[in-house]
Amino acid sequence: MTYSYYPGCTLKTKAKDLDFYGRECARALGVELEEIEEWQCCGAVYPVVRDEIATKLSAVRALMAARDEGRELLTLCSACHHVLTRVNHDMLTDPDVRAKANNYLKPQVPYAGETKVVHYLQMLRDEVGFDVLAKAVKNPLKGRKIGAYYGCLLLRPSKVMAFDDPEDPRIIEDFIKALGATPVVYAMRNECCGGYVTLKSEEQSRENVQRIIKNARNHGAEELITACPLCMYNLRKFGDGGMRIEYITELLYEALGLGSVQEPGTGADAGTPADAVCGAGLKS
Amino acid sequence: MRRIGVFVCWCGSNIAATVDVAAVVADAKVQPGVVFAQDYQYMCSEAGQNIIKDAIKEHQLTGIVVCSCSPRMHEATFRKAAAAAGLNPYMVEIANVREHCSWIHKDKEAGTEKARVLMRAAVAKVMLNVPLKAGESRVVKRALVIGGGIAGIQTALDIADAGFQVDIVEKNATIGGRMAQLDKTFPTLDCSSCILTPKMVEAKASENIRLITYAEVEEVGGFVGDFKVKIRKKARFVKEDVCTGCGLCMAKCPSKKGLNEFNMGLNNRPAIYIPFAQAIPNVAVIDKTQCIKLNTGKCGLCEKVCTAKAIDYTMQDEFIEEEYGAIVMATGFRPIDASKFDEYSYSTCKDVVTSLELERIMNAAGPTGGVLLRPSDGKHPHSVVFVQCVGSRDVSGRGKPYCSKICCMYTAKHAMLIRDKYPDVDVHVFYIDVRTPGKNFDEFYRRAAEQYDVDYIKGQVGKVWEEDGHLVVRGVDLISNEQVILNADMVVLATAIEPDPTARKVANMLTASIDTNDFITEAHPKLRPVESPTAGIFLSGVCQGPKDIPETVSQAGAAASKVIGLLCKDKLTTNPCVARSDELLCNGCSCCEKVCPYGAISYDTHLINDHGVKETRRVALVNEALCQGCGACTVVCPSGAMDLKGFSNKQIMAEVEAICL
Repeated sequence: MTYSYYPGCTLKTKAKDLDFYGRECARALGVELEEIEEWQCCGAVYPVVRDEIATKLSAVRALMAARDEGRELLTLCSACHHVLTRVNHDMLTDPDVRAKANNYLKPQVPYAGETKVVHYLQMLRDEVGFDVLAKAVKNPLKGRKIGAYYGCLLLRPSKVMAFDDPEDPRIIEDFIKALGATPVVYAMRNECCGGYVTLKSEEQSRENVQRIIKNARNHGAEELITACPLCMYNLRKFGDGGMRIEYITELLYEALGLGSVQEPGTGADAGTPADAVCGAGLKS
Repeated sequence: MRRIGVFVCWCGSNIAATVDVAAVVADAKVQPGVVFAQDYQYMCSEAGQNIIKDAIKEHQLTGIVVCSCSPRMHEATFRKAAAAAGLNPYMVEIANVREHCSWIHKDKEAGTEKARVLMRAAVAKVMLNVPLKAGESRVVKRALVIGGGIAGIQTALDIADAGFQVDIVEKNATIGGRMAQLDKTFPTLDCSSCILTPKMVEAKASENIRLITYAEVEEVGGFVGDFKVKIRKKARFVKEDVCTGCGLCMAKCPSKKGLNEFNMGLNNRPAIYIPFAQAIPNVAVIDKTQCIKLNTGKCGLCEKVCTAKAIDYTMQDEFIEEEYGAIVMATGFRPIDASKFDEYSYSTCKDVVTSLELERIMNAAGPTGGVLLRPSDGKHPHSVVFVQCVGSRDVSGRGKPYCSKICCMYTAKHAMLIRDKYPDVDVHVFYIDVRTPGKNFDEFYRRAAEQYDVDYIKGQVGKVWEEDGHLVVRGVDLISNEQVILNADMVVLATAIEPDPTARKVANMLTASIDTNDFITEAHPKLRPVESPTAGIFLSGVCQGPKDIPETVSQAGAAASKVIGLLCKDKLTTNPCVARSDELLCNGCSCCEKVCPYGAISYDTHLINDHGVKETRRVALVNEALCQGCGACTVVCPSGAMDLKGFSNKQIMAEVEAICL
């Protein structure tokens, strides 16, 4: 299966690990990710103002590019996935947004939300299959107690994202299980890391992150994984250092026996939160 | 020669504000056949009815059209008025210019035009009306009550008290329902079983009441006054008339791992059990999914120890067929599944319980003997947090959009009882609104908050989780506009209530309509609240909508009085608007028989004289006593042989033509 791939700015800059290992693993699993041409920033934040159109346009362009290729649009970054899914939902369900966006972009074929937006995890579950993935694991992560950290963007608003049960999600736990490790279910796995608030109030983010890590540890987690560069930023910055935090793709790379990943903290994560949100440089 | 009168009602300003009634009258006067037309402020008033009666006599009217509200409202009124003036009541037609016109339109010009069209259609129809005569049907002097909770028991007691026979069908092994599970009742805090069990005993002792427990309604046929019901009495594997209720079998049963339903699964019970000490009938029942003997053929201990020889492993389900004049639905409710709201961690934390579970924990006959203990470790809690509106007033789609009505009061009760018995325990209540309308209800809640120092926090809870051996509750205090984080030893969820899942099935069998939440619909939400739109079906208790015990008992009595009113009659007037088959046109295809929901059509083969040609044919026959006049057969009949009296094909076509031309 070939997907149109939308990496997003962060994966080109501060979250290169998420992107690099994701591509490597997809290749190993026989899934082709074809990066769409001339993609632009997804907008980074979904505009909740109802009549805001301009900031939705770049997401519509990406969605149309996939539609024109006749493919599903795959993303890895939680924030990009969130924006693309919600904008696509608007284009599908809101005639007003649809009309304005099409009037503005004047595409040859008007866009009406036809593209299916897929997250990398959904591809692993629905296209590859966790059972098949489990068989492809060459280096089972036996004995490792790993907590899934979902954050907010993948799960909510649940009806639009249609990703998993927002209060009791299981997809990352099933992923961890497929890799041979032991998933640790803990209450704070779907709580907010502080997100963009970290720009304004480090204290708030620190409080959130410490609560998450404490809860995970109390439930027996020895390491955490996430699919979100901003969560990663906050978790690493405000965590106590004792909890190893990795991207889902890093864990997958290791389990598939493709090689070892770099030690955390040495690569892409040492930037500002704005870099983490949007590597194209909201903040220089 | 037809002589038609048209009467246009203003309904105060209800119709007159949107419809130019004078214009409708003027238009009526020029319709062929119409010899008289008049408008009046309130046609349904005595003066209005007199206008109709006088006009019928003075102008020798052969049919009338009343342009007014829905026929559901006043058709009977105008038919009576016509009959009083000597006109056959079925020569009356109603043009609904209120619900179908003035209420739904704003533009007076368009409204007037529509009212004219509706009037013309009704005139066209009444030109073809023929006088009809209502028949009679019998009334079986016995009532069926479906559900043996407080609603069903009270209804049955009241019907029995009036001297009529009544059967209670209860799906569980005992009557008593949800009320039997409650500890104390608000606002007087009297013990629930102390006030319920005398009623249960009375129902058992009444000569006029038959209790059919561990049984479910299987099939319902017939109609008001003459229902035919098939009841499945499930095999309890214990002879009801032999068992003495000694309980020896329960003590000896080796299969003890069944979840105790009466205690909301908080502890276990044996495979053979009596649901609770005051159960009626006080007879054991075997859970066949759990019984070792029934599943493997080995064991048989209960049979050995039973001195009364009441155990019978070969028992089969039995069927009871009975006739009833009236049926009361009292199918009750259940709390919704709290695990749908996982932000409260109900499915993962043992110390998060529902309010009904807390009732059992607080009850002396409950799993902890009435001592408030944390389910996880049996320790005394120091802080309890209540969360109200779990799944109530929820428009997200996960819960129920309605207010469950009883939760504010029982939460105040729980909070007060805990503070009274254990003053060292801190009690917090998160609420959206505290709703306590009811006699002595608000005083009760104030007492909890003011005298018992229950900490009421206006706001909702976002998350409950476990940390360091206790629960953490994070919510919002909307008055101080701050996030609140509380440590708690127990969290109690006031879960929404929903109709018992059997309600939908039973309602379908009874052809009683239900709403989107599976509550049974009333015939009129204000004026006929204990009757279903289906004649002969009555509503009692929470199956109609959330209500507390006092309200349930009042409604149960109201339903009973409606049943008694029906059973007092010897005969019922039947609807003469029933189907009729023209045997000369009928080709015997059976289409009508297949669509008839009432089983009113059968076939007969006999000699027919078809314009001089005599031959034996198979033709449809309508049983007028069973036919409800739905008209399904007339639509499906390919040869046009089926027709509905009062709504004949010709009449309908005349209406359509009047509307279209």
